[in-house]
Parts: sequence; C-alpha cells; structure tokens
Amino acid sequence: MSKFKKGKSGDLPAISTASLPDIVFMLLFFFMVATVMRDSSLMIENVLPSADQVEKLKKDRTAFIYAGKPSSSFSQLGTEPVIQFNDAIISVEEVQASVLAAQAELVEELQPKFVVGLKVDKNTHAGLVSDIKQELRQANTLKVMYIANARAEQ
Amino acid sequence: MAKRAAPEVNAGSMADIAFLLLIFFLVTTTIEKDKGLLRSLPPIDDSEVEPPIIKQKNLFTVLINRRNQLLVEDEQMELKDLRQAAIEFLDNGGSTNAAGETCDYCKGKRDPSSSDHPDKAIISMKHDRETSYEQYMDVQNELVAAYNFLREREAERLYRRYYPGADNVYKAMLAEKEKNQFTPDTILNGRIENIKKLFPMKLSEAEPDDS
Repeated sequence: MSKFKKGKSGDLPAISTASLPDIVFMLLFFFMVATVMRDSSLMIENVLPSADQVEKLKKDRTAFIYAGKPSSSFSQLGTEPVIQFNDAIISVEEVQASVLAAQAELVEELQPKFVVGLKVDKNTHAGLVSDIKQELRQANTLKVMYIANARAEQ
Repeated sequence: MAKRAAPEVNAGSMADIAFLLLIFFLVTTTIEKDKGLLRSLPPIDDSEVEPPIIKQKNLFTVLINRRNQLLVEDEQMELKDLRQAAIEFLDNGGSTNAAGETCDYCKGKRDPSSSDHPDKAIISMKHDRETSYEQYMDVQNELVAAYNFLREREAERLYRRYYPGADNVYKAMLAEKEKNQFTPDTILNGRIENIKKLFPMKLSEAEPDDS
C-alpha cells in the first residue's frame, strides 16, 4: 500500500505562471494596434459639443485645429479663446499658412480630399469659429468637419 | 567531467516587463473615435457677377442671437421645434423647380407662400459673434437632421427592397459605401447620389456682423 502513497505531500502544486507573459504581450499588441499615439498636448480647454447626426472622420486626410479658452496651467495666455494648431498657439492670420503646410505634408492623392477638423470648445463664442472658417476659405481648404461627441438620437 | 545542464533563465519577471510596456501604451495612446458634422465651405467668389435673386419664400432664415435665442422666419422658436419646421419648409413643394417640374415626392402642405421645390429651398443661417459654439452646433445638428430625415424617407420609398432587414435604409446604404470604399460600387453610389439630389443640402451661412 505504501507504494502508492510515496511522494505525495499534502501541498497544492504552484500554479504555473509561465504563460502570463504571453497573455500580457497579447494585450500589449492589441493596444499597440488599436490605438494611436497622442500627437499634441492641449494648452486649451476642449470640451466638445455633442451632436447626433455625426459622420466618421477619416484620419489620414485630416488636420486638426483646436480652439478654446487657455487651460488653467496656461493662464499666462489670457482668458480669451485662442487657436491651437499642433503644439503651438497661433493667431487667426496664421491659420491659412498652417493649414496649407499641413495639406502639403499629405500623400499626393489625398491632398484634394483634405479635411480640416475643428475641435472647438463648446463655450467658445462662434465668432472665432467664423474667423477660422474665413481663413480656411482663403486657403481654399473648403471641407471642414465640426468634431463633436456622438450622442444617441432623441 | 560530466557536462552540466545550462541553468534555466528565470522568466518570472517577464510578466512585469510586459505589464510595464502595456501600461505605457495605455497611457500614451488614444483610441480613435473622432466623429463630427462634415460641411463644405463656399469658395471665395471675387467675380462681379450679380448673385441670383432668391425669392423670400424659398429662403428659411435662422438667426441665433448673443443670448442663444433662435429667430426662425421672424418668429422666436425653441430648438426642439426647429427640426420639424425645417422639414416642413423643405418638404413643402408649393410650385415647380427651375426645370418646371413639380415635386411629386414631397409630402408637405404645398403652401404657395413657402418653398417652391426642394431644389430651390435654401436654409440660411446667421449667428452673432457672441453666440456660443454649443448652440451653434445644436442648430447645425437640427438642420442636418432635417435633411437626413427627408433623405431617409426617400431611401425608404425607393430602395427598401434592397435592404429588407435594415432599420434605416439610407444609413445602411452609407454604411455599405463606407465598407466598400476600396472597391467603389457604382450602382450604390448612383443610388446615394440620387437621394441626395432629391433633397440637395443647401445650407448657407452668413458672416456674423462686426459688433
């Protein structure tokens, strides 16, 4: 009888964690593929308005213009809404040049389909937006998308 | 001398390293989710050509003042009523278009004092510099919703048979177009164009006054 009991101690065997790295790597690769790098840090408040008639945006042909009040850590910029493009605060007059530069950086076949994404804080006054739009008309980049949070249709 | 087996590399910390990388990517990246209202701006027109005269009845004016109140066709209106008012205006079909065709698909009241034909009906929007962007977007959203409602209705009427299971025919068509963007389907694109032509989006925005 003792023959069969030999070597059996009462302890549970340790759970093997050898496959844990594989699982975590799988998660890692998923996130690497499904996400994009945050390309610019915002110096302004940016709470987007919401809309229910939204369309999807194609990112490969888009440049973003941000607008809003400077956030609390950039209060030296004043309290009036400002425009941010990439990583810099620009004036209304610089919009045209910045947008054209962004358009020139695109792949050639996408350049005619260039879209400007306007990410404007919902507490900004609309006058600033029409100033930006006027500049965009002068730059002849006529497709704009007002970026909004999608909400369910009422 | 007996050859000793190489000691096994301890892989216990591998999980920690991978977790560290994972957390780094979670923090520095965002999941793509941008959506919005796509609009085309009018090109700048320097020519001296007189703009065509538009009859007042074909124009649906929406004004937003600095207190975010709406004035629609010279009457104050709540935002929630705007969509219906715009639909009634676009769908009126009181007379004929430039080619002399009556709007046989319109289901409106055919009021001679409202718009003649969806081809001619123009929504004109004007806002104050001090209007909040939120209100501006809400109004845009309602007006786009009016067009989408009517296009959806026409898609339902014309192409329901191709999409028996879909909730919204027009949306299903657009979704299919999106899915086939690398192999364009001319029949589908033709149908979408056809619907867009029935209710062309004519939404003009006036420059705000400098005040």
